[in-house]
Amino acid sequence: MKKSKCKASRIVVYILLIVLAVSIIVPVGWVFLASIKENSEFYGNPWTLPKGFYFQNFVDAFSKAKMGDYFLNSIIVTVLALLLLLVVALPSAYVLARYKFRGSKFLNVMFMGGLFINVNYIVVPIFLMLVDGDKMLKQLFGSGLLINNRFMVALIYAATALPFTIYLLSGFFVSIPKDYEEAAFVDGSGYFYTMVKIMMPMARPSIITIILFNFLSFWNEYIISMTLLTEKELKTLPVGLMQLMQAQKSAANYGRLYAGLIIVMLPTLILYILVQKKLTQGMSLGGLKG
Amino acid sequence: MRHKKGRSGFIAACVLPSVILFVIFMVIPTINVFKMSLYKWGGFSNNKKFVGFNNFKILFEDQKFFRSFQNSILLIVLVTIITLFFALVFAAILSRENLKGQNFFRVIFYIPNILSVVVISAIFSAIYDPTNGLLNSILGIFRGKDAVPILWLGDQSIVIYSLVIAMVWQAIGYYMVMYMASMTSVPESLYESADLEGAGKVKQFFSITLPLIWTNIRTTLTFFIISSINLSFLFVKALTNGGPDGSTEVFLSYMYGQAYTNSSYGYGMAIGVVVFLFSFGLSAVVNFATKREPLEF
Repeated sequence: MKKSKCKASRIVVYILLIVLAVSIIVPVGWVFLASIKENSEFYGNPWTLPKGFYFQNFVDAFSKAKMGDYFLNSIIVTVLALLLLLVVALPSAYVLARYKFRGSKFLNVMFMGGLFINVNYIVVPIFLMLVDGDKMLKQLFGSGLLINNRFMVALIYAATALPFTIYLLSGFFVSIPKDYEEAAFVDGSGYFYTMVKIMMPMARPSIITIILFNFLSFWNEYIISMTLLTEKELKTLPVGLMQLMQAQKSAANYGRLYAGLIIVMLPTLILYILVQKKLTQGMSLGGLKG
Repeated sequence: MRHKKGRSGFIAACVLPSVILFVIFMVIPTINVFKMSLYKWGGFSNNKKFVGFNNFKILFEDQKFFRSFQNSILLIVLVTIITLFFALVFAAILSRENLKGQNFFRVIFYIPNILSVVVISAIFSAIYDPTNGLLNSILGIFRGKDAVPILWLGDQSIVIYSLVIAMVWQAIGYYMVMYMASMTSVPESLYESADLEGAGKVKQFFSITLPLIWTNIRTTLTFFIISSINLSFLFVKALTNGGPDGSTEVFLSYMYGQAYTNSSYGYGMAIGVVVFLFSFGLSAVVNFATKREPLEF
């Protein structure tokens, strides 16, 4: 009697799991199939399988819809932002976690408070600040360079990711016993050498987590990018995809849209499949998302 | 003495770059949000006029703002409750039961969280498309071929719920993984003794799992509030753009719209201030209301 009840509940559990899994796999999988359909195949039943492999969609998306250029822009902005972030955040997190100095407590609290400031609130003032800066530069040098500058966007990405990154890294650095540094200092190694050669290698797992999370958020970000990169050649992938979505409403270029979708989605999916264990473990460490 | 000098130089070199970046791109803009909310300002002209709290006065009589307020609250409440429920259930299933393919399900459920909101919006526009969308074609089987197609994104009374579904779809995996992490730290012995006492799985969930991960749930409630406000903006911007006819306008999309399309920067920032304070207040209230004696295990 007990056994059959147990079996029934197990079936219910499996059905629940499968329903949710299907609701995720089917739409994502459908996009993959849709990206190789010809435009005429989009009318009528959406569940028909593609007749052939219509690769032209990807060619169109890359060249005509400029997704190729946007891809490059996304890579430039994301990589630059990650580099800037690591160079700035790593030493800072290390020092804030392990050195007591005047104002260290204040700085720790300040960065913690930064966790509550979301970029969506401050994107308008940032934009206006850069516009003002450009006006000044124009008067001085005849041209502005703050708006429509990929480096600037990367810098802002890095800056807005600082609180979360420092929070996560400090959490790790705090947990290392003091003995490591003391031994290093006794051996005569300097502050800088100790940080780069002894502490940072130990922090590798946390650094990888940081890179993963921030890669995803930089790659997927579009509000800052949409606001600050208005020139056609400088847009990033998600903004390009938004354009494709709007274009599709009037011109019904379905194939191109779904090919574009794949172009945006595929790098994150591949990365996720490669490192999914690290990502979900890291999340329970940090327990927060920007 | 020399040692000491090197120390402060090293500290400064390490900390200053991050502090400078943080101050320029986060602290000053945040202060500016508050400052600009007291001005009447079109943005590009230098014609700033100090109006005190006038922007806020206008705001509290603005019907459109109240509509965005209502929509935001509805989204926060629905998304939180539905996501919380499903995330807890699935976390409990995946961390407590011995199932085949456990890892497979965990990996799949987390996928929506790594996709860009624009990507998710594009996927959901395909799902919600009235004539050849995935959802209507499935429903067509039950409703008959000649049924009027449901306008998931075009019907003012439905569209907000369509948004809820997209947001829940996006969020379940993330919170599930978080709850799983804290559920696995609940000692197995508690469940074993509960089994001996004859308590069923559901009873075990409510009297062991839930109380012991309560601190974690409380933390995530704050996340829910803050991220619902932000994500609803991202989704609305990419999926409906506030339409049809303002029926999906939310807090931050209204702010962004006022600041850019309407060029009332001062007014837009006043909205920002209200939303900022509101999200803080709501988090504090929720935090206070869910306070329990922490249980140790």
